[in-house]
Amino acid sequence: MAEALQMKNIVKVYSNGVMANKDVTLCVNEGEIHALSGENGAGKSTLMKILFGEEQATSGEIYVNGKKVNITSPQMAIGLGIGMVHQHFMLVPSLSVTENMIMGVEPKKGIFIDRKYARQQVEEIGKKYNLYIDPDKKISELTVGQKQKVEILKALFRGAKILILDEPTAVLTPQETAELFEELKHLKESGYTIIFISHKLNEIKELCDRITIIRRGVTMGVHNVADVSEEDISRLMVGRDVVQKIVKDPAHPGESLLRVKDVKIVDETGTVYVDGVSFSLREGEILGIAGVEGNGQSQLIDAITGMGHISAGSISLRDKDISGASVRKIRSMHIAHIPEDRMTTGVAASLSITENVIADKLSWKRFVRGGVLRRKEMRAYGQEMVDAYQILCKSQDVEIGSLSGGNIQKGVVARELSSEPLVIVANQPTRGVDVGASEFIRHQLIRARDQRKGVLLITSDLNEVLGLADSLIVMYEGKIVAYIQDVASMTESELGTYMLGIQKQSAAQIKEALHED
Amino acid sequence: MSVLQNILSTEFIYMWIRVATPILLAALGAMVCSKAGVVNLGLEGIMLISSLFGVLCSAVGGNLFWGFVGGVGSALVVSVIFAYFHLVLNANATLCGTAINTAATGLTIFVLQLATGEKGNSSSLHSFSFPNVEIPLIRDIPILGDILSGHNTLTYLALLMVLVCYLLMYKTPLGLRMRVVGENPHAASSVGQNVVKIRFIAIVLCGVLTGLGGMYLSMGYMDMFVRDMVAGRGFIALAACSMGQATPIGALVSSLVFAFFDGLSNVLQVLQLPSQFVQMLPYVATIVGLTIFSIQKSIRAKQKMNKIKAG
Ligand SMILES: Nc1ncnc2c1ncn2[C@@H]1O[C@H](COP(=O)(O)OP(=O)(O)OP(=O)(O)O)[C@@H](O)[C@H]1O
Ligand SMILES: [Mg+2]
Repeated sequence: MAEALQMKNIVKVYSNGVMANKDVTLCVNEGEIHALSGENGAGKSTLMKILFGEEQATSGEIYVNGKKVNITSPQMAIGLGIGMVHQHFMLVPSLSVTENMIMGVEPKKGIFIDRKYARQQVEEIGKKYNLYIDPDKKISELTVGQKQKVEILKALFRGAKILILDEPTAVLTPQETAELFEELKHLKESGYTIIFISHKLNEIKELCDRITIIRRGVTMGVHNVADVSEEDISRLMVGRDVVQKIVKDPAHPGESLLRVKDVKIVDETGTVYVDGVSFSLREGEILGIAGVEGNGQSQLIDAITGMGHISAGSISLRDKDISGASVRKIRSMHIAHIPEDRMTTGVAASLSITENVIADKLSWKRFVRGGVLRRKEMRAYGQEMVDAYQILCKSQDVEIGSLSGGNIQKGVVARELSSEPLVIVANQPTRGVDVGASEFIRHQLIRARDQRKGVLLITSDLNEVLGLADSLIVMYEGKIVAYIQDVASMTESELGTYMLGIQKQSAAQIKEALHED
Repeated sequence: MSVLQNILSTEFIYMWIRVATPILLAALGAMVCSKAGVVNLGLEGIMLISSLFGVLCSAVGGNLFWGFVGGVGSALVVSVIFAYFHLVLNANATLCGTAINTAATGLTIFVLQLATGEKGNSSSLHSFSFPNVEIPLIRDIPILGDILSGHNTLTYLALLMVLVCYLLMYKTPLGLRMRVVGENPHAASSVGQNVVKIRFIAIVLCGVLTGLGGMYLSMGYMDMFVRDMVAGRGFIALAACSMGQATPIGALVSSLVFAFFDGLSNVLQVLQLPSQFVQMLPYVATIVGLTIFSIQKSIRAKQKMNKIKAG
């Protein structure tokens, strides 16, 4: 089989002295789906940015279709038939799908954009690849899964033959992932070459032909996916055995901490997101919220954490009403929040790791004296957090935005878990985090539970919710359709029937979630 | 009563359009920049410089053409300097803009003195102005003719520019690219667009429009250069641009609003109010207007919510 792409002995040193790639070699065959794996900060995104011309390698060679090339800009990469879907979306929310797709390669009629033709082209390409999206919709109106499709279409529209997908599934629901895989397999059959990055090993097993593993900027080898087990892959990545199975003692839930009663959330347009939801989170338990994304979970979490409103009902913490309170007030009552989207609500990207982890602790005497910040104490604390949460970075003073995606997430988790919380609202806590670090974060959540805290866990990873949660509520179309006291007795397929609204518990069973006697 | 009569007169409306012209041109410039994600605070300075160099070049060159070249040319030079410092050397845009404004005040007086020996105005020079244009058929319509016809060439050009800017921003590839760069530069660079280049073009276009606004002041509204003659119009244009939500039509409407109060303050002087009070009006009116606007918006949102709760 012909080699579509070769990257040989790539070295990359960033201007701040970080050596992201020490010696990486990647060979990809034409028409295969090639997985690229490695821990957070191993240098995967960096390698792909080099291939796409966004970063220049310090040394090393690149061959595309056997020809040596020197890729100095994305424009050149696109010219060579390389397309990239970035780890974080590169879309303009206020513009339409069509405008986002044609940007830079606009079809023209005279000096003007030929809108009709553009729209038609966008429609056609969507149909051709089974990735149909309404060309006139604004990006801000799309779901995450649809945005992902637009990103892929954007690359195809520019004539990409080699597609780079940097963690495309991190933000997708299992259903959307399954759909994406169908589409990728279809592309592969039509002769496209795909480089696929993911921390979910089961996905790699399902989708990919071969896998290249990188550890700390060095290639650890290439394997046929069929020949290696998930355990092998994670050992090669991390350098030790990783326990994928989540081990924990049975929970001993106590009194109710957070009580959500008859909550209804409606927006100005009349759309009902949450419709009469009641449950209670008790101390010493991890309560999971399962459900296909878009069934009201986000709005419910926003309301609990003070980022959104409720239209009716009440939310209380230990009998103190917190509905409608400000984020600050809610935080001061020791509710921690690991938000779903780390880049927009999780961190201030241009501030340092230190500044980000103490952002919620400015009332601590340790950091402020007489209204003045104590730099030395702050830095020492930053260092403590970096060590405790194994955040891979040059020092605690670097901009958090320059870290790899998974390490930014660890920064968010560090800040929230260290804020002496009573209740932890963890929304997709291990999104984009590698297997080793996921294990670590899950352990931290279990430890918090064992210290009698309450953890509210929202995740689209079914394994995670089934393994980590003690009890579970399932949301469907804004309502709770099931309350499962003991998650251990639950299977993935049974959970699926609730999530898709095929099955529903009786009102009495659901009411138990409130633990009212 | 006499004030009202004044406002309703054709002279007032004619003047209103005259006063709006420089603000509109600069506001359109600000619109192009802000769409591309650049805050150009230097409009005031660019207007001042182009108003002087327009006059000087027309006097030296001996005709209007050279005046035009000098005015637009000087605006371009300043814009390119701004763009170079901001985009290439990564200097802070607010600082660059402020530097232009501060430098412009001194530079114009200095050059004026070199050229004429005076520090106040250029009345000793024989400079040229843009002609007024009588529009054939419209001129003969009774009231409308007096209002719409007989304005300066640059006034008609400014109105034309509203259309041109609209077409540019929403119908051409360049406009689309500017809007993308303004909202998410990473999205543009990730498909191979050169963000610096696109912003450079935006700053240069803004310079041309703003320069025309400056030239109107000394070669249309008046027929000489007077020191500090821009008198805050550059900043008003920035405000008009953001009040108009950075759209061409919005810039037109808000420029008219500002100009209306500007004109009103002239009329109100008859009432023997302190002139400082009268000059304050356009700004107070804007703040009041914006406050009412946002209060209304939130009331409407609340009403909607209540309806839903009840229903
Ligand atoms: N723009 C940058 N400037 C400085 N350092 C950077 C920059 N981008 C990445 N790095 C550093 O390079 C290293 C590799 O980062 P990279 O994003 O390639 O990791 P990754 O393998 O994609 O990780 P993840 O799985 O978490 O996304 C990290 O240590 C990161 O901090
Ligand atoms: Mg990455």
